[in-house]
Amino acid sequence: MSSWIDFKAVGEIVGVGLLAGAGLPALFAVGMRAMSLPGRHGATVDADSERVLGGSRAGIAIGVLCFACVVAAIGYGIYIIVVAGHGK
Amino acid sequence: MASNDVVMGLVVATALSFDFTNGFHDTANAMATSIATKALSPHIAVGLSAVLNLVGAFLSLSVAATIANGLVNTGLVTLTVVFGGLVGAIIWNLTTWYFGIPSSSSHALIGGVIGSMLAAAGEHAVKWQGLVSKVILPAVLSPFIAGLVAAVGTYLVYRISRSMRNRSRDHGFRIGQIGSASLVSLAHGTNDAQKTMGVITLGLIANGTLHAGASAPLWVIVSCGLAIALGTYVGGWRVIRTLGKGLVEIQPPQGMAAESSSAAIILLSTHFGYSLSTTQVATGSILGCGLGKRGAQVRWNTAGRMAVAWLLTLPSAGAMGALSYFIAHEVGGTGGIVLDLILLGALAALIYYRSRATRVTPVNVNSTWTGSVAPSEPARAPARL
Repeated sequence: MSSWIDFKAVGEIVGVGLLAGAGLPALFAVGMRAMSLPGRHGATVDADSERVLGGSRAGIAIGVLCFACVVAAIGYGIYIIVVAGHGK
Repeated sequence: MASNDVVMGLVVATALSFDFTNGFHDTANAMATSIATKALSPHIAVGLSAVLNLVGAFLSLSVAATIANGLVNTGLVTLTVVFGGLVGAIIWNLTTWYFGIPSSSSHALIGGVIGSMLAAAGEHAVKWQGLVSKVILPAVLSPFIAGLVAAVGTYLVYRISRSMRNRSRDHGFRIGQIGSASLVSLAHGTNDAQKTMGVITLGLIANGTLHAGASAPLWVIVSCGLAIALGTYVGGWRVIRTLGKGLVEIQPPQGMAAESSSAAIILLSTHFGYSLSTTQVATGSILGCGLGKRGAQVRWNTAGRMAVAWLLTLPSAGAMGALSYFIAHEVGGTGGIVLDLILLGALAALIYYRSRATRVTPVNVNSTWTGSVAPSEPARAPARL
C-alpha cells in the first residue's frame, strides 16, 4: 500500500505548503500592516488614498525586515529545487 | 532509416505544438487572478508569465524523468504511439479551451499517451502503479491541499490587515501579487514544460537516438521552454476569463493568497517528481481563497462543470489518443502520420473558427460574468472619434 501512496511526501507537501503558501503571504501582510502604522505626528490620511506608508519609522523597519524574510525564503526554496532537480 | 527521421521530426513538431497549446491553456493558472484584480495589465501579465515559464523550464528535470521513464514500458513505445498520444492531447486541449474550461494539460498528455499505448500494445505496457501513485493520487489530493493552504492564507491575511484602509490594503497586495503570480509562472515552467520534454525524450528513446533511462538533451529543453513561453504569451483569454471571473470575485489579498498557495504546492510537487496538474492546483487555490474570506461568494456550478471536465480528461484524451494511433497505424508509415496531422489541422481550424463568435480578448476578459465564458462586452474597445 505504501508503495502506491507516499504518505511522507503528502505530509511534507501539506506541512511545507502551509508554511510557505500561507505563512509567507501572512508575513507579507504583517510587513504591510507595520508599514501602515501612523507616525508620531499622526497626520490625518485621506481615507481614499492608496498610500500604504503610515509614517512610523519603526513600522517601516519592521516591514522591510518582513519583506526581506519573504524574499529570502523564496530564494532558498528555489535554490533547493534547482540543486535537487539537477542532482540525480 | 531516413523515413524514420522524418517521422521523428513530425513527432517533435507535434510535441512542440502540444507544448504551445499547454502554454496558452495554462496562462490562466498564473495570471487569471492578477488580471482579475488589475494587479497587472493583461498584456504585461502574459509577457511576464511567458518569460518566467521559459526560465522555469531550465530549473528542474524531475518531472521530465517521471514522464519519460515512470509511466509506460519504454521498451514497447514506438514513435507512432508517442505521436498518437500527442494528437489526442492536443484535441482535448483545444476542445476545453473552446469551452473556456481550465482542464489539465498534463492529464490530457498522459491520457493521450496511455490511450495510444493501450491501442498499440495492450494493458501490460502501462505501469499502472506509476500512473496511480505519480499521477492519479496527486490529481485527487492536490486541489484539496491547495484549497486548504489558500483558505488558511486568505484568512490570515485578512485578519492581519483588517485595521488597514481598504484602498491602501488593496494597493499593497496588488504589488505583492506581482511577486506571487511570477512565482506561479516560474513553478509552471518547472512542472509543465517538463512534460513535453519527457515525451520528446520518450520518442527519442523509442527511435533509438537515446538509450532507455536517458535524460532530456539540451535542445529539447530549449525548444520546449520556447514553445510553452510562446503559447503563454498568446494567452488563453477564454480560460483566463473563467478562472479570474467565473469562480470567485477576487480581491487583491485573496489573489495573493491563492497565488502563493499555488506556487508553493506546484514547486513542492516538482521537487518530489509528481507531475501534478497546475490547473487543478490553481483552481483549488482560487476556490480556497473564496472560502477563506467571510462573505465571499463561490460559484459552485462553474466549479462543478470543471470537475466533470477533469474526470473526463484522462479517458477522453486516451480515447482520442487511441483513435489517432489506430488511424496512423492502419494507414501505416509516414503517410498515416501525415493523414492524422491533416485531420488534426482541420479540426483545429474548425474549433478556432467557431470560437470567433464568442471571442475573448484582453479588452473584454474582465467583463461581468453572466454564467458562461461568452463575454458580456464586445471584443474590441469602441473606436474613439
